[in-house]
Amino acid sequence: MTESMVQSTLTLDEPLLWERGKKGRCGFSLPARDVPESPLPVALTGDKPDFPDLSEIEVVRHYTRLSTWNYGVDTGFYPLGSCTMKYNPKTNERQAALKGFAAAHPLLPAALSQGALRLMFALERDLAEITGLDAVTLQPAAGAQGELTGMLIIHAWHRSRGKQRTRILIPDTAHGTNPASAALCGYTPVPVPSNERGIIASGAVEGLMDDKTAGIMITNPNTLGLFEENIREIARIVHERGGLVYGDGANMNAVMGVVKPGVIGVDILHLNLHKTFSTPHGGGGPGAGPVAVRKELARFLPIPRVSETGGTYELRDDYPDSVGRVLSFHGHFGVLARAYAYIRSMGPDGLARASRLAVLNANYIRERLKGTLHLAYDRPCMHECVFSDRNQQASGISTLDMAKRLMDYGYHPPTIYFPLIVHGAIMIEPTETETKEELDRFIEAFETIVREAQDNPQLLRDAPHVCKVKRLDETEAARNPCLTG
Amino acid sequence: MKKIEEIHLPDELRYSPDHEWVRMESTVARVGLTDYAQDQLGDIVYAELPSVGIRVEQGAVFATVESVKSVSECIMPLAGEITAVNAFLADDPAILNRSPYGEGWMVLVKPDDPAAGERLLTAERYRAQLKGEG
Amino acid sequence: MRYLPHTDEDIAAMLGVVRCADLDGLFAALPADCRVNGELRLPAALTEWELDDHMDRLAGAMAVSPEYLIFLGAGSYDHRIPAVVSSLLARSEFVTSYTPYQPELLQGTLQGLYEYQTLAARLLGMEVATASHYDGAAALAEALLMAVRITKKKRVALSRAINPHYRQVVRTYFAPTGYELIEIPLLATGLTDLARLESAGELAAVALQSPNFFGCIEDFREAAERAHAGGALLVATFTEALAYGLLKNPGSQGADIAAGDGQSLGIPRSFGGPALGMLASRKQYMRNLPGRLVGQTKDRAGKRGFVLTLATREQHIRREKATSNICSNNSLCALTAAMYLASLGGTGIRELAALNHDKAEYLKKALTDAGCVIPFSAPTFNEFVVTAPGGFDARYRRLIEKKIVAGLPLGPYYPELAGHSLLCVTETASRENMDALAREVKS
Repeated sequence: MTESMVQSTLTLDEPLLWERGKKGRCGFSLPARDVPESPLPVALTGDKPDFPDLSEIEVVRHYTRLSTWNYGVDTGFYPLGSCTMKYNPKTNERQAALKGFAAAHPLLPAALSQGALRLMFALERDLAEITGLDAVTLQPAAGAQGELTGMLIIHAWHRSRGKQRTRILIPDTAHGTNPASAALCGYTPVPVPSNERGIIASGAVEGLMDDKTAGIMITNPNTLGLFEENIREIARIVHERGGLVYGDGANMNAVMGVVKPGVIGVDILHLNLHKTFSTPHGGGGPGAGPVAVRKELARFLPIPRVSETGGTYELRDDYPDSVGRVLSFHGHFGVLARAYAYIRSMGPDGLARASRLAVLNANYIRERLKGTLHLAYDRPCMHECVFSDRNQQASGISTLDMAKRLMDYGYHPPTIYFPLIVHGAIMIEPTETETKEELDRFIEAFETIVREAQDNPQLLRDAPHVCKVKRLDETEAARNPCLTG
Repeated sequence: MKKIEEIHLPDELRYSPDHEWVRMESTVARVGLTDYAQDQLGDIVYAELPSVGIRVEQGAVFATVESVKSVSECIMPLAGEITAVNAFLADDPAILNRSPYGEGWMVLVKPDDPAAGERLLTAERYRAQLKGEG
Repeated sequence: MRYLPHTDEDIAAMLGVVRCADLDGLFAALPADCRVNGELRLPAALTEWELDDHMDRLAGAMAVSPEYLIFLGAGSYDHRIPAVVSSLLARSEFVTSYTPYQPELLQGTLQGLYEYQTLAARLLGMEVATASHYDGAAALAEALLMAVRITKKKRVALSRAINPHYRQVVRTYFAPTGYELIEIPLLATGLTDLARLESAGELAAVALQSPNFFGCIEDFREAAERAHAGGALLVATFTEALAYGLLKNPGSQGADIAAGDGQSLGIPRSFGGPALGMLASRKQYMRNLPGRLVGQTKDRAGKRGFVLTLATREQHIRREKATSNICSNNSLCALTAAMYLASLGGTGIRELAALNHDKAEYLKKALTDAGCVIPFSAPTFNEFVVTAPGGFDARYRRLIEKKIVAGLPLGPYYPELAGHSLLCVTETASRENMDALAREVKS
């Protein structure tokens, strides 16, 4: 039986910020006043915000303790399918924090911001090369915003051709942001069913693609970790009937240097820099969602756009067909700088190797766990594999119970209950930055848990035992929301 | 979750295939969620009900019910005008779980066709449908 | 490569398990016409040391203080960031963790965000705040869509004194919806002409920024009264969150929704991003809010804990019927702001905001003495518009050569304000620097 890596260590509790402090304390070094007072009219002056007053040490202890309750990629294995929780290189933090970048104002004249503009231009070129597309915007702040940008471009393209369409095809394995982004643009999502092999058959698209349909949103590899083999035929059908192919590039980590979406029929693609390109997730963000397009669609890209003439860079907004702006400035530059540093560090061979090793790691887990857990689609996968809880149902144990018990073994659980077409889905994406030993330990832990599900299921139902809290009452949180203290 | 035999289905009610029940009360029909529906949903955390006075067609969505992790649409079993909604559900959506046929009623409808309720499923036929599905 | 730990032995052993001859064999099932031949055409990999040099050179080609004196705001502000904040943010348990969908493992992030929501709500005077959005512009666009959902009306009025980029983002989000956007014009004082709302017709929302793009302090209370009289919501927006350490906050003046940017709260400018979209509303509109929300609850042992809640609003459950398509938020930026506000405290924020205000007043006077004209009479916070006889543009260009960035020339954004510049002063501007600017302007 596997020994858990989990120790019991000294982890301190910590109350809420306003349960600490005392009136009059201050943790901030207030700058010296070198100008006379010039009081604002009383009618405009508000009450002081009701904030606690804390000393510096109270602030430091508060957040240090909070951090000890968190599990990050730096703590351990984080096999969240669809999230690509790869290692976040520390040198990238050093680069983004360089004063010339961190302190830079976005509206400086171009001559005073050549460094940042050059970085953005080079990153656009890199992403165009990796995706096989022609032009890139770095402005969208997240994958979902990249999707919205893509939908706006599709909408603008159809408008430029004189007819607006109302529907868009979306596979049943799609991430929830796909139909949500489509709906924001006024499109009605039309579900396309996956076949028994877990992919979209071209016949399914053939039957649905018509002159009311703006196009298709397709993730490749899809959220089952399977390559959409019929993509070229699907793209052909959509193009022939006047539509566009939008690629959700969340799973790009599987195919860098192997497949170029632009070559296989994708017209517009978003990328998640916080997935494929190693920028940290930060507890939920910030990320970045650049969008790459075929050259015919470049005129619709958001403004401003970086352009280069004779080695000098500038931002231009003289693109009358642009969909507009999705963010107040040029994008999450701090995130872009990290992704750029990553691409420069990896080089072309490194990126291609990363994808190959990501796929190797996922197939290794698939092969080794398939006797233990029910494998949803029993064939080679790409960078992630999907199991279900079918084998455990007889013991009355669910995917949720197994996920919570994994925490007791020192792991963040995989993605659960997504994609929706697999009952009790368990989606495991190890990424390429994990060692074989780490994977072996994880596999052993899962095998142990599956045995526990038979022999001692209460251990799973009561899990987790070792975290800061036990299972939380989410029903009460939703029935009686308490969102502020 | 309950086994189909354990689902409580009062004989005097009628049931729609979309898991609503109907009780004809002279000129109005009282509508709610069946014991099967509340059992499937799990802990209900919120219900969004229609406004009084609006018309809803048969087969249209008249309400949504949320658990922590899902949202379900409630489908109107017979066409008519909403004459009342259960105001207690706002503060205590758990009533839908505890007492789906009693305090957990959702709306009162003045049906276009007063005989429409009779044409819905009996408890026996609804249970048979659940067995077919399950 | 140090991020790829597989040895040849590892790979051989693993290929054996998956029954593949080599790494390329893993892709054998892919159709041949989907695979690329040849390598990616990218520059060769750099060592860590080559990367440092490369990035140092790029960062070196940027204008920052103290080499340059930069009096520029317009939605991105220079404020002092305590070492405490940078140090705590380097804790990788915060940086490298994921969204807290598995709350037991991520109580640090969850409690941190719950505290942020509380501080944000208190700063803005609102009842409930979300766990953050991308930036103020995106938050404003989402707030207006929210107002349309709530009121079921399809027209929104935007003040012309709202940051031009914010208005552009709103137009972009609204473009495919068919909802109408109308503009409320300016008065000579630099404030929005709210009286025009009387003839505006049925509106879902009135959006007003304060301090506005010109730094002028608008009257949220009057806007709220007018909006409510017509059955519309008041959406209060802002780019300089620190202002509410001194000014009356939107909630106290009747705002229904507040949507703006908190980059001033300890987040570096970073060439414009990431920033901190802040969104807050009345409690009655809680279920219409887009974005993540953290709620307090108890665990099975009765202990206090925190979870993401009201998730049924969101895309992963409601999909096309979600309140928005948002997935990620700017979580680490929200945590930064909470740390910053925790350091500053209630007393500290008042003093800091007052200092910012007073410094800007000092520069206003110094520039007036140097021959400039302040065209707008309304009281301001941190930012103000200047012009000069013959216009300010020539002075602006001359000052650039002296490594002084004297604000933002407004001509490209407001044709009627050609020859004007928008200057910004924060606590980072010393008296000597302001005197230097005034001296150069005069000569």
